[in-house]
Amino acid sequence: MAENTPVLELRDVNKSFGPIDVLHDISLKVHAGEVLCLLGDNGAGKSTLIKTLAGVHRPTSGTILMDGDEVSFDRPKDAQDRGISTVHQFGGTFPLMTIGRSFFVGVEPTKKFGPLKIFDRKTANETAVKAVQDFGITRIDDGDRLIGGLSGGERQSLAIARAVHFGARVLILDEPTAALGVKQASHVLRIVLEAKKRGLAVIFITHQVTHAMAVGDHFAVLIRGALAANFMRGEKSREEITDLMAGGEALADLDSIIEGYMETHEGHPPAPVA
Amino acid sequence: MNSATQSVSTGTHGARPGLGVTLGRLARRPEAGSLLGMVAVFLFFALSAGTIFVSPAGFASWLNVAAEIGIVALPIGILMIAGELDLSIGAVIPASSLTLAIISGYYGLPEPIGIAAALAFGLLVGAINGFLVLRTEVPSLIVTIGTMFAVMGLTLGLSVLLTGSTSTNIVPSPFYKALLGQFVGGMFQVTIFWWVGFIIVAAFLLHLSPFGNWVYALGGDKISARNAGIPTERLTITLFMMSGFCAAFVGVGQAMVYQSAQVVGGQSFIFNSIMCVVIGGVLLTGGFGSVAGIVLGTITFSIVNQGIYFTGFDPNLGSVIIGALLLLAVLMNDTFRKMALTYSTKKKS
Repeated sequence: MAENTPVLELRDVNKSFGPIDVLHDISLKVHAGEVLCLLGDNGAGKSTLIKTLAGVHRPTSGTILMDGDEVSFDRPKDAQDRGISTVHQFGGTFPLMTIGRSFFVGVEPTKKFGPLKIFDRKTANETAVKAVQDFGITRIDDGDRLIGGLSGGERQSLAIARAVHFGARVLILDEPTAALGVKQASHVLRIVLEAKKRGLAVIFITHQVTHAMAVGDHFAVLIRGALAANFMRGEKSREEITDLMAGGEALADLDSIIEGYMETHEGHPPAPVA
Repeated sequence: MNSATQSVSTGTHGARPGLGVTLGRLARRPEAGSLLGMVAVFLFFALSAGTIFVSPAGFASWLNVAAEIGIVALPIGILMIAGELDLSIGAVIPASSLTLAIISGYYGLPEPIGIAAALAFGLLVGAINGFLVLRTEVPSLIVTIGTMFAVMGLTLGLSVLLTGSTSTNIVPSPFYKALLGQFVGGMFQVTIFWWVGFIIVAAFLLHLSPFGNWVYALGGDKISARNAGIPTERLTITLFMMSGFCAAFVGVGQAMVYQSAQVVGGQSFIFNSIMCVVIGGVLLTGGFGSVAGIVLGTITFSIVNQGIYFTGFDPNLGSVIIGALLLLAVLMNDTFRKMALTYSTKKKS
């Protein structure tokens, strides 16, 4: 049964900021070695959902479970300590630091230098380069390079490699491919698959249907803060997903359906389409 | 990693490996621009001022200036790398100078008490700066202007209240005079040797210890640094306390050298130290810079500041040169930073 316990589960999570309700009754599961694609338009509540998972926000109601146990995060550090790691759109956030130094920010390796402890640059660089090369990015070979000199895909890859190196179990990728070209994006997608192969639970936020289809096992569509659709790989065709994502007919329909439903059901959205 | 990098680079350079690689590495360092600037400025004054400039007296004239600014410029530079500014040093220097002069000169208490009180005062102002910046979230530029005026006013008020005067004399005992206020060889202030000590400590902290990595991370992105588990609040307060301490140290040194302390004076340190740091390649918005750069920037600034008196030019031109130099330095440092960002060991074939 342990196999079937999701690494991370949300049960009826609601989040309001003052009078504004942002998330409605979100229930989601993500298992180890599974990629959950979170789809939705701007303003659908994706960022709020991610931030709730990452410990930035606390849910107004509802529960978050890890390995079947209820957890609550007071700060981002708590989520990180439990193995939830978020990688943002632009990856490395310290453009003027070297690869080795930024990889180990906050957890610097040290070595003895007489009576003093000094930053072990050699170990840091070697570990960082090896970690990212293990993910197949062989073009990064010098830990003294500055993060700002890497391509967008390389920065994402480095950030993901860093999260995995430091024991992440749930990887939240916030639109990692949004700002990338086709080739760069395929690098990142390969790394997502590699992370999945290593048994991580990946939550992948994206707009691009091809990217979602390439790596996703499980898809969830958010509209107006509610889960509009929740289905497994192969249950919907590329066209249907595109419709949902691209704001086509289906999306417009769902939008009005949800709005109408919520008016008649005390603000609760309908159960997601399976 | 060094050997790997070099072997890759030597492949492209062929027969002459050493020089090209070394120059290439240097060009990507934060201090690349300031090294060129210092050499250029030194050559300019060596040629236009003649032999007196390259004599020991010539060196002493700018080294004495460089040492005092340099001791303050180091923590200011580290603060700037961390994304903060500290202008209150301009008031802390005379205030600590006067603290020592009043305690050990006016009241005649032993020097260690006066020195300890002066340094503690610097640490206190730094702690207040750090605390206010964190609690109010007002930019440190504004906070430290506020504390600068507060300290200036308190210094004047207390000085008049306690001694009835705005300046106080102090006759340090020989030991402390030798330690902090002596002229070695009749012209080199002992402060120069203290500066060397401060440089070693700063270089260790910023480039060798894990603490330095925190400083760069804090200046690069405060929120990410905090999320990575760096104690950003404690770090910020520590950095402000370092600059308060160093400013107080310079104040103590001045009281020992000149054997008197005045309420005014010290304001020139505010802009001078920032200029040294910026000429030295530290990015005004934080996240980039080096101790070597700060030191080179300080030397460059001091050479221009003093060198002008050795030439036949109107000394007022010195400020013009410094102004132009600052602009040039920022432009040059931008170029070198871009080079650092675009560098990669493998050339696309």
